Amino acid sequence: MSATSVILVVEDREDDIILLRKALSVAAVNNPLHFVRNGEEALAYLSGEGKYARRDEFPLPLLILLDLKLPGLSGFDVLAWIRQQEGIRALPVVVLTSSDQLSDVNRAYELGANSFFVKEFDFQNFVDVAKLLERYWLKMVKTPQSSRNNTSKPTRQD
Amino acid sequence: MTESVPILLVEDNEDDVFFMRRALTAASISNPVFVAEDGQKAIAYLVGTASRVEGDNCPSLILLDLKLPVTKGLDVLAWLRQQPHLRGTVVLILTSSNEPSDIREAYRLGANSYLVKPTTTERLNELAKALKNFWLEFNSFAPGS
Repeated sequence: MSATSVILVVEDREDDIILLRKALSVAAVNNPLHFVRNGEEALAYLSGEGKYARRDEFPLPLLILLDLKLPGLSGFDVLAWIRQQEGIRALPVVVLTSSDQLSDVNRAYELGANSFFVKEFDFQNFVDVAKLLERYWLKMVKTPQSSRNNTSKPTRQD
Repeated sequence: MTESVPILLVEDNEDDVFFMRRALTAASISNPVFVAEDGQKAIAYLVGTASRVEGDNCPSLILLDLKLPVTKGLDVLAWLRQQPHLRGTVVLILTSSNEPSDIREAYRLGANSYLVKPTTTERLNELAKALKNFWLEFNSFAPGS
């Protein structure tokens, strides 16, 4: 698969990372997954800084799965930052969080989240969500990244 | 909670409205569906809802065509994202355009996702079913503020 099929997961809880990995695999999501553990790392990854400097190894993702409750910078901070960056502000961000507080839902959408999923702590729920992501986001939705294949000037990485 | 959120379909093509309604019914989507035939009517509808009783008839989900008479879909989207009470409304672009520039611009302006209109009934039904599963069953909507 091309570099543009990467899914970037911003998640600090190790249990959720394991669950999500398994669920995506059960849902036959074969896209390469990259995990970052906090907001600062997410910014570094998306800016291609530090250990993420090589875009061939750490390509811009097709889709970002973003937890809201993170140590340091919050998911809201990351989302707000993404929407201010000229090169990446159009990247689809799906919020995946254990919070279902209405104020969080509102704020996430206002900051430009593309959709908002509440995590429930059971594996079947993770699988259901993963299957929907596969069927909807990966198969049906057009994203700026996937359309990049059609543009004339892809950035060469080699 | 999301069972009955009204859906606003902004679409000028009568055939597309007919097929979409049929697909939504086939997917057992029972949410009320309102149709605006052009961008101006969509804005009028949304302005109208703003002055009504809170929450009443204000759509949480908008299916927005891009090629519309009078006011274009992207202009409707840009307007919508400037309205404080509509910033959390989910807007799905549903268009025949597969142009990378349209896709990029739609996301830049704050579209929640971008779908290309399927050309067969079967695929349209699949799309309606995915809309139901993804947006109406799993996704949390921002309550109208």
